[in-house]
Amino acid sequence: MAYVAIADRQQELHDPQSFLTKYVWSQDHKVIAIQYALTAFAVGIVAVILSNMMRLQLAWPNEFAFIDPQTYYQSITMHGMIMVIYLLTALFLGGFGNYLIPLMCGARDMVFPFMNMLSYWVYLLSVVILMSSFLVPGGPTGAGWTLYPPQALLEGTPGSNWGIILMLVSLVFFIVAFTMGGLNYVTTVLQARCRGMTLMRLPLSVWGIFMATVIGLLVFPALLVSGIMMTFDKLFATSFFMPALISMGESADYSGGSPILFQHLFWFFGHPEVYIVALPAFGVVSDIISTHSRKNIFGYRMMVWAIVLIGGLSLIVWAHHMYVSGMNPYFGFFFATTTLLIAVPTAIKVYNWVLTLWRGNIRLNVPMLFAIGFIFTFTHGGLTGLFLGNVATDATLTDTYFVVAHFHMVMGVAPLLVVMASIYHWYPKVTGRMLNEKLGKLHFWVTFLGTYSIYLPMHYLGFLGIPRRYYAYGETDFIPNSAVDVNISITIATLIVSTIQLVFLFNLAYSYFRGKKAGPNPWEATTLEWQTPDTPPQHGNWGPELPTVYRWAFDYSVPGAVNDYIPQNQPSDETTGDAHETSDTGGGHQ
Amino acid sequence: MSQEGISNTAEAAAIPNDWSGVVTDWSADKQTFQMSWGKAMMWFFLLSDTFIFACFLVGYMTVRVSTTEPWPVSSEVFALHLFGQDIPLILIAIMTFILITSSGTMAMAVNFGYRRDRKKTAILMLITALFGATFVGMQAFEWTKLIVDEGVRPWSNPMGAPQFGSSFFMITGFHGAHVTAGVIYLSVVAMKVLRGHYESKGYEIVEITGLYWHFVDLVWVFIFALFYLW
Repeated sequence: MAYVAIADRQQELHDPQSFLTKYVWSQDHKVIAIQYALTAFAVGIVAVILSNMMRLQLAWPNEFAFIDPQTYYQSITMHGMIMVIYLLTALFLGGFGNYLIPLMCGARDMVFPFMNMLSYWVYLLSVVILMSSFLVPGGPTGAGWTLYPPQALLEGTPGSNWGIILMLVSLVFFIVAFTMGGLNYVTTVLQARCRGMTLMRLPLSVWGIFMATVIGLLVFPALLVSGIMMTFDKLFATSFFMPALISMGESADYSGGSPILFQHLFWFFGHPEVYIVALPAFGVVSDIISTHSRKNIFGYRMMVWAIVLIGGLSLIVWAHHMYVSGMNPYFGFFFATTTLLIAVPTAIKVYNWVLTLWRGNIRLNVPMLFAIGFIFTFTHGGLTGLFLGNVATDATLTDTYFVVAHFHMVMGVAPLLVVMASIYHWYPKVTGRMLNEKLGKLHFWVTFLGTYSIYLPMHYLGFLGIPRRYYAYGETDFIPNSAVDVNISITIATLIVSTIQLVFLFNLAYSYFRGKKAGPNPWEATTLEWQTPDTPPQHGNWGPELPTVYRWAFDYSVPGAVNDYIPQNQPSDETTGDAHETSDTGGGHQ
Repeated sequence: MSQEGISNTAEAAAIPNDWSGVVTDWSADKQTFQMSWGKAMMWFFLLSDTFIFACFLVGYMTVRVSTTEPWPVSSEVFALHLFGQDIPLILIAIMTFILITSSGTMAMAVNFGYRRDRKKTAILMLITALFGATFVGMQAFEWTKLIVDEGVRPWSNPMGAPQFGSSFFMITGFHGAHVTAGVIYLSVVAMKVLRGHYESKGYEIVEITGLYWHFVDLVWVFIFALFYLW
């Protein structure tokens, strides 16, 4: 019996009635997205404060009584974990994924809204558990965000009793939440697109978020398993990761475990995690650049395949984090090769972004500024990745500030610039009002130049051989005075960049009430979310009828068309005023 | 069903049954796989779950190789003393047999579901659940025997490498939790089938439940091979 697509079946919509079902226990993907985003921002602020504390200590060692070595290591750990998982992953997938996937695919909601709601509340629970570790005896874990055993579990590491357990439990809940959300995103993209929306007509944002979710569903299991095993090592004194060792002068109750096993499991998750953060950024920034340069994205198919290829390759590069862990050197050869292979699809993407800008009718507004800033920081971070991907150069650069600079550039600053770009870009759709342009430009320039003045000098510190994660350096021969000065300047830049984010938060709040009214489509964009009957979109998104898509997402500046953009849901005979087919560049619709 | 739905049916019938058909399917609008949302989601979940079990098993194999103490001989540890002699792996053989049999009854339930035979579907699903519950019960017996009689603990055991106990309890425990969840899932769906809850929606839910159940069985085959036979 032939199967009838669900998009073609009659659906019943239950509009939420009370305040509670509409805004708190909401099953609407847009409300869930905003809940995710606000929670992620809240923990993000905590992480920024922690990074400022570390920087204060590094610039003026021992000046501040409230930062002792223990606090310093706890700050490192919590800063990293929050930023990577609870902020960026949650924001890109739970926030942007939830908001954009149904709207861009032309669906009324995610396929299983209840599960989607559950996903948020379990995420919130994981955040609460994580934050509660600040309050328990011993404080949060100070093992570094990689949580390497044996040190994460042993006396002497801050938070080795309560902190580490709460961290692992929180991660397990986060993974449960992500899985519930992720299954929804994948199924929605694959199974719930509207009429005419083929996979190859999807905006690149959806492709990026989709592929990131797929990777997430495949690699979070590794983190889950290592988390469970480590919890057992702590609670039941099993020896999965713990070899026989002497701790505090006594031999510990462990024998025969393999710390390297943890590193393999962790990085099998940990490296693809970089792409879980980066791929949505790639996708979103492609759409933003295309929209604001009024030009179709250069090489759409290449962009899609590059996303898929990066996603696939990301699963087989993990051990480049372990070159100095005592691996078989032949492994290093293999993983260096695959790592450097990723440079190919990534470079294709960077070229295509630049070629999209080339001869475009660029509108240099705030989202576009952030998007262009992303190209700079990402290219920069990607190039330093070549140094670290090679075994020989990595052996000297590893565990120095060069690494810190590299990954902050490539997966800290670059995705965050895209986060900013997309907030400035989609805020009008979410709230119906524009963000303030002047404050936005101030925000951009200080953030962009500020982050460069933070991370560029760090490369130099790395070349000097200054190790990362040190509380204080003391009198050390190989560290010149200039390095001390550089540290102070980095800290000042950090404080400035952190402070300017307050302007951004103010802008978000101020514009919500006082911002200029945005029409339904202020950027004159083509993708479906700008074509909703209401702004902000109502529950069910599309009114009585689902949209029908006739073209790809990038029909900008089409010769012969009336406007310089043609929305995806506009039939060909309406674009020019007469019936000639002039603009069907989207691979043709059958 | 709307007019569009009918035209879509005609298109679906025209898709050729070879590689070009695969390409047509994948590049089609609306949906990539010709199946319901629930079924697609179950497949994606199982793919993710596969990675969880794979990580568990890889972790187990790694510690088994890396541990410094000898690994207990599984045919002795898992032997039962029956009829005056030790029979190696007898308990686990029965358990495996029961679980595989339950896959058969599950497949029959799916068949009767699509034939809309509510009573037989529900009975077969309950039989499947019963097999599952038996499996978990025998697992509880196995655990009890190991813990009480042989002194195996997660952190140590008298036979050798402590990782034996830790991996055993962790992996069979995780799998047992899956079976228990499956038993509850099966029972709930079976009761709903019996009440006629799916008369209008159709009985695909039985197949979705079955997918999960077959997956749990399949995973057991790997655990059996890698833990008990190695």
